[in-house]
Amino acid sequence: MELQTLTFLFVGISFAVYIGIAIWAKAGTTGEFYVAGGGVKPVFNGMATAADWMSAASFISMAGLIAFLGYDASVYLMGWTGGYVLLAMLLAPYLRKYGKFTVPEFIGERYYSQTARIVAVICLIFISFTYIAGQMRGVGIVFSRFLEVDIITGLMIGMAIVFVYAVLGGMKGITYTQVAQYCVLIFAYTVPAVFISLQITGNPLPQIGFGSTLAADPSTYMLDKLDQVVTDLGFTAYTDGTQTTTNLFFLTMALMAGTAGLPHVIVRFFTVPKVSDARKSAGYALLFIALLYTVAPAVGSMARFNLINTINGEDVTGTEYTKMPSWFKTWENSGLLAWYDHNGDGKIQYAKGNPLEGKKPVFAEERGQYGEKVVTNPGKGEVAAGAPFANEVYVDRDIMVLANPEIAGLPAWVIALIAAGGIAAALSTAAGLLLVISAAISHDLLKSTFAPEISEKQELMYGRIAITVAILIAGYLGANPPGWVAETVAMAFGLAASSLFPVILLGIFSKRVNRKGAIAGMLTGLIFTFCYIVYFKGVFFEPIGVNAPENWLFGITPQAIGGLGMVFNFVVALTVSHLTEEPPQEVQEMVASLRIPRGAASATAH
Amino acid sequence: MSNSNNDNHDSYWRANIKLVLMCLVVWFVVSFGFGVLLVDQLNTIRLGGFKLGFWFAQQGSIYTFLALIFFYVHQMNKLDKKYNVHD
Repeated sequence: MELQTLTFLFVGISFAVYIGIAIWAKAGTTGEFYVAGGGVKPVFNGMATAADWMSAASFISMAGLIAFLGYDASVYLMGWTGGYVLLAMLLAPYLRKYGKFTVPEFIGERYYSQTARIVAVICLIFISFTYIAGQMRGVGIVFSRFLEVDIITGLMIGMAIVFVYAVLGGMKGITYTQVAQYCVLIFAYTVPAVFISLQITGNPLPQIGFGSTLAADPSTYMLDKLDQVVTDLGFTAYTDGTQTTTNLFFLTMALMAGTAGLPHVIVRFFTVPKVSDARKSAGYALLFIALLYTVAPAVGSMARFNLINTINGEDVTGTEYTKMPSWFKTWENSGLLAWYDHNGDGKIQYAKGNPLEGKKPVFAEERGQYGEKVVTNPGKGEVAAGAPFANEVYVDRDIMVLANPEIAGLPAWVIALIAAGGIAAALSTAAGLLLVISAAISHDLLKSTFAPEISEKQELMYGRIAITVAILIAGYLGANPPGWVAETVAMAFGLAASSLFPVILLGIFSKRVNRKGAIAGMLTGLIFTFCYIVYFKGVFFEPIGVNAPENWLFGITPQAIGGLGMVFNFVVALTVSHLTEEPPQEVQEMVASLRIPRGAASATAH
Repeated sequence: MSNSNNDNHDSYWRANIKLVLMCLVVWFVVSFGFGVLLVDQLNTIRLGGFKLGFWFAQQGSIYTFLALIFFYVHQMNKLDKKYNVHD
């Protein structure tokens, strides 16, 4: 069968499954809508958490990031998995014992303050929308490349599917759909990886494969060969880093604490029946996540290896454009690959250096002499230090996972599988985010703050309206991605780490931290991190400071600054609390009861 | 709540904190320690085709995290029973 037909088939079947689950799991009460009635088995919750957590970024972008950053990308692997250790040991069981619906609700009650609750709602909404914009973009990319419909049509289909199961089923529908989506995405991710690992190293396990010797040359290890190939082209060795240790340290910290502080992940642990289930479920979640995260570095290194070898050829002199395999042209058509023949030899060469003037290629309408898309913003064609020739190829990192099976020449059904997997990853995360946004609006803002007189039925209706509105906004953001999406993803992690994570943690592990301390700490972390990022990156306006190492505080990049913001939050919260009065007796008793697993009823409204 | 009950809860909490701190030390050592701070030193040692520091940063830390959580779950279940606070 044709690739196109197979892709429609795979994506179509997966959509039918998601909708079937939605009809089966219709939510009738607010408990079912917000936390799936608190009856989800730990294994299923683990899978759902994994799908919830692994977004289009994990599925599509991460291996590409690793492919081009090498060792430096390790911080994402450690950060995004190490956060689960914090979650399992420091947050999940206690928040499950608390047994209500939302994260702001916990912060509001623990710090006996409606202000704290609303600050938390603001953080939550900001973090979640930032994420959703990225997911919807991912859906758009996959649809436009594999189904050859335009991005808007693809977005509409994606929005319609999420609408059906999120609005009808609430958390219950989302949970069981995410279980199905996890299966789709992990299968789609690992199958091509196994094939490629077999091809390059002869070892079917990618985790071991990328540390094995080459099938073509059993005396050389794959990574050693890769190190040699990339250094010959002027890059830093794949297994070495370029970033400072301080920066890697703070970035890992920001990513770990940010992961543990993300509301849509935390809320998943409200859905299991018992405290001990919450711990176990965090373990399962990491197990299911690790299946993808341990494969990703193998995929990244092998993709880089294949890409370089295919482009530069055996003798490292480049491959003639007319002799390149068809994937090069398909991705060139999508604008994610570009070639400018700097030395005019008709061959494509890949090495260190920017082939373009600016970051993205700009194309002319007509085709060049070999049939290539003509780039109108080429660079000067200078040879970078240590490189044998000028780089002529622009590669968007996002295509590494999507194009990998094609580059390796795998059968069409494997490529079709990737499309279904990418869409599953994007939709599952989007749905989880939509739910926490809707819960924050209908439960934290309406029911508890502005309209406490509404009935459960009305609250449920408002929840569904909020989710619908959130889907429309998310769709809009996906269709018109603001230029600052990439910047704000870093901000989402930084903010979660520097605002929410410390106050939740202190709320459980300290009886002494009071309202003043928590609000002061949250605001310090939030404002410091926000201002630092905006100062260097700009969000709605031009950056104020020049984003360069000599200007950074202790050499910490804006992306990593959340780690330092978190430290400030802890220091301020503890200091202010110790200088002011103790929290009321009933709050201290509430903290004491959080620490004891016994008596965790399923999540309730009041 | 009687006093003996409170004492019991306090010792349960202390045992819990001790366990968590122990796990977090390991968590810190494999990731921040082996994967970031000591990576250059460890990279002089080989594990098959991997440099050891690189392996910890991209593989070993994740396996250790997994083992840690399941170890913690197991130990906590024992503590819950021992102090009779299980749910």
